[in-house]
Amino acid sequence: MSNDPIFRNALSIGVATAVYAVSFGVLSVAAGFSVPQTCVMSLVCFTGASQLTFVSVIAAGGGVAGALPPALLLAGRNALYALSLKGVLSGSAPKRALRAQVVVDETTAMAHAQPTVAAKRRAFDLTAVCLFTAWNVGTLVGAVAGRGLGNPRDYGLDAVFPAVFLALLAPQLRGPDAMRAAVAGALIALALVPIAPAGVPIIAASLGAVPVLLASTRRRRAPLGHAPEVGR
Amino acid sequence: MSWWPVLALCASAYALKVLGLVVGERLDGETSERWSLEIVVVPVLAALIVIQTFTSGQRLVFDARTPALVVAAVLVWRKAPFVVVALAAAATAALLRLVA
Repeated sequence: MSNDPIFRNALSIGVATAVYAVSFGVLSVAAGFSVPQTCVMSLVCFTGASQLTFVSVIAAGGGVAGALPPALLLAGRNALYALSLKGVLSGSAPKRALRAQVVVDETTAMAHAQPTVAAKRRAFDLTAVCLFTAWNVGTLVGAVAGRGLGNPRDYGLDAVFPAVFLALLAPQLRGPDAMRAAVAGALIALALVPIAPAGVPIIAASLGAVPVLLASTRRRRAPLGHAPEVGR
Repeated sequence: MSWWPVLALCASAYALKVLGLVVGERLDGETSERWSLEIVVVPVLAALIVIQTFTSGQRLVFDARTPALVVAAVLVWRKAPFVVVALAAAATAALLRLVA
């Protein structure tokens, strides 16, 4: 399996995620959540940015009423992701319900970076398994071991995620339509960051696809091209 | 800490994921083909990249993550393996912070 690029990529995403999960575990316990509560959050919520924001706002004294709205705004993009993964989230009703649980940034980006539906499904499932394991093991370690494990920033791990998402976005940028949508999304997000609550800029960025969608309804053809493989 | 905030977050996070799934399934084949919904992910991922690189809270910043993304972009353009891209970005940011 070590020669399988999808599995290797999923594994590297898992490793970087595990370190972030440790910091979530530490933060959550520091914010006053118990170890079981912290682990239930990672198992059942399973959406990293929302969980981190939720416990950070509570740790900062913002209360549940202050913490829930930004956490849900950050989780809102998962709805867009699930919508875009129509055809990938397949199987029986219980399987689809299970797959819906693991619709997050990493699984969606890995799926869409693949050229065929079969490869998309495989990339989604493999990334989901690696990510779910890493996120939950890391959370438990952080919640139990507590502080003293160092800051992920010291290892430059905060720079890994944009790099990884760039590698996953690149094969989807074939053609001027996709490029325009990407630039529009980035500009919308940067313009909104100083003025809008966290989570809103990323959801609003999806509007960058509107001109392409409208154009594609006129032309009646698929605007997206794909490279054959990621990262090779 | 009581359990209800945990459960409220869990329930609503899952509801959002299922919402997208259900809406997607309700769309008939012709609609989803014509609207090629995959394109929606492109601007969202682009936004995620710039937000994770250029922001700190609500401020726009240029720090060690900026050169790390430049290094990653060059490696992606040169078709470097995924793991190399990830490690090079981490190493760039970590070294710059060590020096600074």
